[in-house]
Amino acid sequence: MPFEMSSLIPVLPEIFILTAASVILVVDLFLKDSQRVISYGMTQVSLLLAIGIVLLTDSGARQIIFDGSVVRDSMSDVLKIAVLLISAGAFLYSKDYLRDRALFKGEYYVLGLFAVLGMMVMISANSFLTIYLGLELLSLALYALVAFNRESVSGAEAAMKYFVLGALASGMLLYGISMIYGGTGSIEFSAVAEGLANPNANKMVLVFGLVFVVIGMAFKFGAVPFHMWVPDVYHGAPTSVTLFLGSTPKIAAFALAMRMLVDGLGTLHADWQGMLVILAILSMAVGNVIAIAQSNIKRMLAYSTISHVGFILLGILAGTDKGYTAAMFYSIVYAVMALGAFGIVILLSRGGFEADKLADYKGLNERSPWFAGMMLLLMFSMAGVPPTVGFFAKMFVLEAVVSVDMTWLALVGVFFSIIGAYYYLRIVKLMYFDKPEDQSELTAGLDTKIVLSVNGLAMLVFGLFPSSILTVCAIAIAQ
Amino acid sequence: MEKIYLLIVLAPLFGAIIAGFFGGKIGRAGAHWVASAGVGLSTLLSIYVLSRFISGEAEVYNETVYTWMISDGIRMEIGFLVDQLTALMICVVTFVSFCVHIYTIGYIADDEHNWPKESLAGRNSYQRFFSYISLFTFSMLMLVMANNFMQLFFGWEAVGLVSYLLIGFWSVRETAIFANMKAFLVNRVGDFGFILGIAALAMYFNSLDYAEVFAAAPAHADTQISILGDTSWSLMSVICILLFIGAMGKSAQVPLHVWLPDSMEGPTPISALIHAATMVTAGIFMVARMSPLYELSETALSFVLIIGATTAFFTGLIGIVQNDIKRVVAYSTLSQLGYMMVALGVSAYAAGIFHLMTHAFFKALLFLAAGSVIIGMHHDQDIRNMGGIRKYMPWTYWTSLVGSLALIGFPGFSGFFSKDAIIEAVHHSQIAGSSYAYYAVLIGVFVTALYSFRMFFLVFHGEGPRDEHAKEHLHESPKVVWIPLVFLAIPSVVIGYMTMDPILFGDWFKGVLHVLPEHDTLAALGEGIHGPNSMIAHGFMGPALYLALAGVFVAWFVYMKKPSLAHEIKTRFDFVYLILDKKYYFDELYQFLFAGGSRGIGKLLWNVGDKGIIDELIINGSARTVGRFADLARNVQSGYLFHYAMAMIVGLLLLLTWFVIF
Repeated sequence: MPFEMSSLIPVLPEIFILTAASVILVVDLFLKDSQRVISYGMTQVSLLLAIGIVLLTDSGARQIIFDGSVVRDSMSDVLKIAVLLISAGAFLYSKDYLRDRALFKGEYYVLGLFAVLGMMVMISANSFLTIYLGLELLSLALYALVAFNRESVSGAEAAMKYFVLGALASGMLLYGISMIYGGTGSIEFSAVAEGLANPNANKMVLVFGLVFVVIGMAFKFGAVPFHMWVPDVYHGAPTSVTLFLGSTPKIAAFALAMRMLVDGLGTLHADWQGMLVILAILSMAVGNVIAIAQSNIKRMLAYSTISHVGFILLGILAGTDKGYTAAMFYSIVYAVMALGAFGIVILLSRGGFEADKLADYKGLNERSPWFAGMMLLLMFSMAGVPPTVGFFAKMFVLEAVVSVDMTWLALVGVFFSIIGAYYYLRIVKLMYFDKPEDQSELTAGLDTKIVLSVNGLAMLVFGLFPSSILTVCAIAIAQ
Repeated sequence: MEKIYLLIVLAPLFGAIIAGFFGGKIGRAGAHWVASAGVGLSTLLSIYVLSRFISGEAEVYNETVYTWMISDGIRMEIGFLVDQLTALMICVVTFVSFCVHIYTIGYIADDEHNWPKESLAGRNSYQRFFSYISLFTFSMLMLVMANNFMQLFFGWEAVGLVSYLLIGFWSVRETAIFANMKAFLVNRVGDFGFILGIAALAMYFNSLDYAEVFAAAPAHADTQISILGDTSWSLMSVICILLFIGAMGKSAQVPLHVWLPDSMEGPTPISALIHAATMVTAGIFMVARMSPLYELSETALSFVLIIGATTAFFTGLIGIVQNDIKRVVAYSTLSQLGYMMVALGVSAYAAGIFHLMTHAFFKALLFLAAGSVIIGMHHDQDIRNMGGIRKYMPWTYWTSLVGSLALIGFPGFSGFFSKDAIIEAVHHSQIAGSSYAYYAVLIGVFVTALYSFRMFFLVFHGEGPRDEHAKEHLHESPKVVWIPLVFLAIPSVVIGYMTMDPILFGDWFKGVLHVLPEHDTLAALGEGIHGPNSMIAHGFMGPALYLALAGVFVAWFVYMKKPSLAHEIKTRFDFVYLILDKKYYFDELYQFLFAGGSRGIGKLLWNVGDKGIIDELIINGSARTVGRFADLARNVQSGYLFHYAMAMIVGLLLLLTWFVIF
């Protein structure tokens, strides 16, 4: 097939991020330590420019390029914009944190950009090979980021665990892909879907492969019982990395599930639905219950992630457009919530003090009523208290599950979110009803404060106007 | 226009937020300026809107401004319906509210005395008060401008909330806390009916939008539903009566009237604004707004009529024996609300709204005048201690006279037109209960005149205040207090004469209020009347006017001419007096039956259900279980890599066996 330059246009955002990462890598070599802010600035500009490029190169139609390896549709556009924007927010929050700990280095941003690139590749993948490529790019960057503070023992330990378990999961995913290839003779999603429709296909082999593929995906999501890495990594990594790790990759994981399970293995819906039901229930149960026993907020949020993953899976397993829309809404909203919650953790920490104990939140209202209010909004949103956006995220997912006659599953979801409400509200109680142990001023820069305020208020604003994001998601899914 | 409507609603909200949240920063003057400016702006814009409707330029506006969510086809929205009825209501609400804002500046000026020293609740109470009354104005505007039931309910509850907060404004007084709790609980009973009514509407019409419901209502005129067992109920009657139960709570109709007299524990400006002019008339407004529904059920109309007539007559009687100046006015309010309900019951919705409007002016006037007297008397509210105040407070005296004449329906005053229209409309009605209602409202006129002028004479005429000390300090209230009185006195005199013809018999409410031809009592009345002068002439031919004059005369004779007679009547008829003084024993009954009963049940449930089952078993039990499980499960997170890998493999095997082998 002849190669045409025009076929590069749909992947221009990815090309741009790759170029930017390489340029920053080189530029950073010539910067003095006091000039690192240039690398930071270039990174932020690249992310914002990439959003512009996504918008500009949007053709409105579904395009498949590179012999069916890559797809560009409106779902990919929406998810990419979300990833780019939230990553920009994550880098912004982490700037002061890194500077205080002598971690303000160019590699941080280069690795970050490669992770973003990996996510974008996953989002646009149209074959198992592409998706695996993106996944590994993301994972390798994250392994390095988790160990970014070389002096930290817990960081190194977390990175090691993440790496080994990640390798195991990748192995399983690859094994599953090979089974699917064996059963259908293709790794490209539309061809796989055709192959599955063939009545002569060996169902046994395909379901066997499917189990491995689902496990690979569940690991990326951090669904129970493939979640063990999550608390250790969230806890061990520098907070700035946890912030990044805890937000955008959830969107990428959603894309991973949509591409593999829906685009590729959609005909096996009846089979993977059952698996996701198990994973979802276990995730909601284990995540919510164990979070209660945590005294470290990073660990608590890690378990909270696990429970939210259960909800995202609920939307996907419904198997209807309504469910996919709800899951997409949920994953974007969750990424923003997590960004804000870890943002508050960073806001409270300073050189030599991590603010990662629950006790550090005592009496926050007396120290800073405004940011206590923001944390309140974020916690309410995570718990799903109306009128915050988290309520609607949960409601849409439950609605989707109910509409496919799985009301019992929705009840399970509600049951565990009630248990979950306890630990979110405990933070609120600590902030408002306890006396502060620490009276020091919040020292964050103005940019962090502004973005964090926007982040917190977004919980309320999108709660009042939930249809704004929902409509975008619905249009993206419908295509 | 949408911007103007939004501004009308949001300006008071803005004032409330600034005065409430930043009260400490902007100080007292800042708070009363920002609150009054917000409401003042709303008043001007409301008058502008009304003037556009009068000149015929404006068109009915019915649009959604914000959709909160759509659930199962039912749209939850904020939207405005602005027609002639709304335009009238927003003018009344904002105008009275504005007067009250100005008046409050004087009334609450030395509020510190009402709080114990160093009390936390007393800090910035001045600013908080302004914040509350502006918030009230916002809520009331949301209520009357609603174009759907959800927003109506929002406004309904929001005004109830602010009313609760304001009755208990002096939260250090036990009586105030008792009164606001009572108001809150009684309103719960009404609101329970109200929300059931809205739920029934949503269930059968699958919509909460006024226009859609009204359009679909005639099709359901004959629908029968069964609620319990096989009994068959008319759907429209059920819905209308349920909604009306809400109105009974908010508009204090018998037997849910008990909270209103107690609400007088709140500051007087509140009594004028919320418990006389606006909030308590929300029920009247609601029924008039729902006229397309009520017209479909004669049962509901009869129900409204009988409840209204009972309230009008029997609460008026209690007013005669009250000695607290504010309580007299409060019982008068109850009685007048009964008159409005009567008008609605005989399908004379326009007359009900007309009386609502005139009453808003003269009753707010009477309350504020009473407040002015109370300021003069240094917060002594017992009318037996007053007397001869005319000399000391001329402005208060003359405006009170205007208010009282309007209240008893003296020819030419605003109350005359509205009250006479109601009495005559009842006379023309054929609906069940109308003859009872006719006599109730007719004799009610005599009662009204009697209690109004009993109070008037006792307060302003006769011998000076008993207490010499009080006498020395008695003087006219400051300007900010008496100027609003004059503002309100003017419409109390002229508004009836000016607007009677278009509102009652003209086409002001055409297309807004729906009346079936066979119910149209006002049209029957209108045949004999052409213009306000002919209405006055007509008034001289009916019994109502003479009953009112007789009431004034009896009041003068018994309380001024021969005060010994009053005492003699009291001893001779001590049985009747006792019943009236005890307000027909409603309070005792409720206190015993409902309050006592619920406390008994509550105690039982608390001991057995709460402490035993819920606390021990469910809360602590489940918390313990979850806690134990969490601690246990936490140990699984051992930190060892091989444990983690093991968990993954186990998961893999689980899924494999489950899905591949089975």
